[in-house]
Amino acid sequence: MTAVLEQRDEFRRGMRDIVEPSFGISAWALVTGVAMIKSGMSVPLATFMMLAVYAGSAQLAALPLMVAGAPLWVVWATAFCMNLRFVIFSAHWRKYFGHLPRAKRLALMYLAADLNYVLFLRRFPTPEPSPEQLPYFLGSVFWSWLSWQIPGLIGIALADRVPTEWDLGFAGVLALLGLAYSTLSGRNSWIAALVAAAAAVLAFHLPLKLNIVVAIAIGVVVGMLLDRLWPNRAEAGH
Amino acid sequence: MSDTQTFVAIIGLTVVTVITRGFFLLSAREWSLPPWLTHGLRYAPLAALAAIVAPEVLLSNGALIGDWKDPRLLAAVAATAYFWWQRGILGTIVVGTVVLLAAKIGFGL
Repeated sequence: MTAVLEQRDEFRRGMRDIVEPSFGISAWALVTGVAMIKSGMSVPLATFMMLAVYAGSAQLAALPLMVAGAPLWVVWATAFCMNLRFVIFSAHWRKYFGHLPRAKRLALMYLAADLNYVLFLRRFPTPEPSPEQLPYFLGSVFWSWLSWQIPGLIGIALADRVPTEWDLGFAGVLALLGLAYSTLSGRNSWIAALVAAAAAVLAFHLPLKLNIVVAIAIGVVVGMLLDRLWPNRAEAGH
Repeated sequence: MSDTQTFVAIIGLTVVTVITRGFFLLSAREWSLPPWLTHGLRYAPLAALAAIVAPEVLLSNGALIGDWKDPRLLAAVAATAYFWWQRGILGTIVVGTVVLLAAKIGFGL
């Protein structure tokens, strides 16, 4: 009985911890919903994309490529790059949920967005499994799922009523712009980002939206080379 | 893209979400990426963001924007200024969108 109560408490705690930061998620979802419709997607497909993909920045980054008719592999590869941070997170998640059956752990991971990861690691800094973790996780992802999907669907519904000439889909690009700025840290990341931006513009006329693929590859290589040849001061000692 | 292609794209994007989020939980065996690869991959999301955003802001129909009074350009400049002033992504979106709408509706650019 006490175990059940504790489980319920942990579920609530998981929810409570994410309520405040989830307002940011909701605004982001609203923008994503609007941007999908304004990119010309039909309401049923946009709804499906919203409910199924469940990865904001990858969704937004995929839109211009889908509009331009890029090949599927370019759309998927770009989304994969946007999501690479999750690959790093998953190495940590493994220490908590790696013992669960594969279908269950993958279902849990599908729901694990950035904020859930940050809050979970704050709540459970010791990387070993314990019984409170699953209810806390479920409370956390339950709330963040709702706070993403509901405003997203509202965005889809609203966007249909906004004139296309307003170009509101550009809010999605502005969201990515803000995300890019917040990802910058240190001189080398600035140079890598500027080089990738320049490459994407200069190679714009490549077929199949390959300019994006070329720019990502060049940006990564430049960043890695710079770190080796000219490390940022903060990293020089490592 | 046709509706069918879009549908397939969405299915694939969902698979990408599952594979990336569950990456190290796919296999039952414990393993890790070589450190140089992990290090290099840190640049991939930033490079992808820059690559997507730059052409959307700087190009119009495949050519560099010649006129500074372009609504998208003005919106991006305002959003940039806001970000480096306040550092909030939410405010960056709001400020940029307000400037975009002001330029489009208010000034008819």
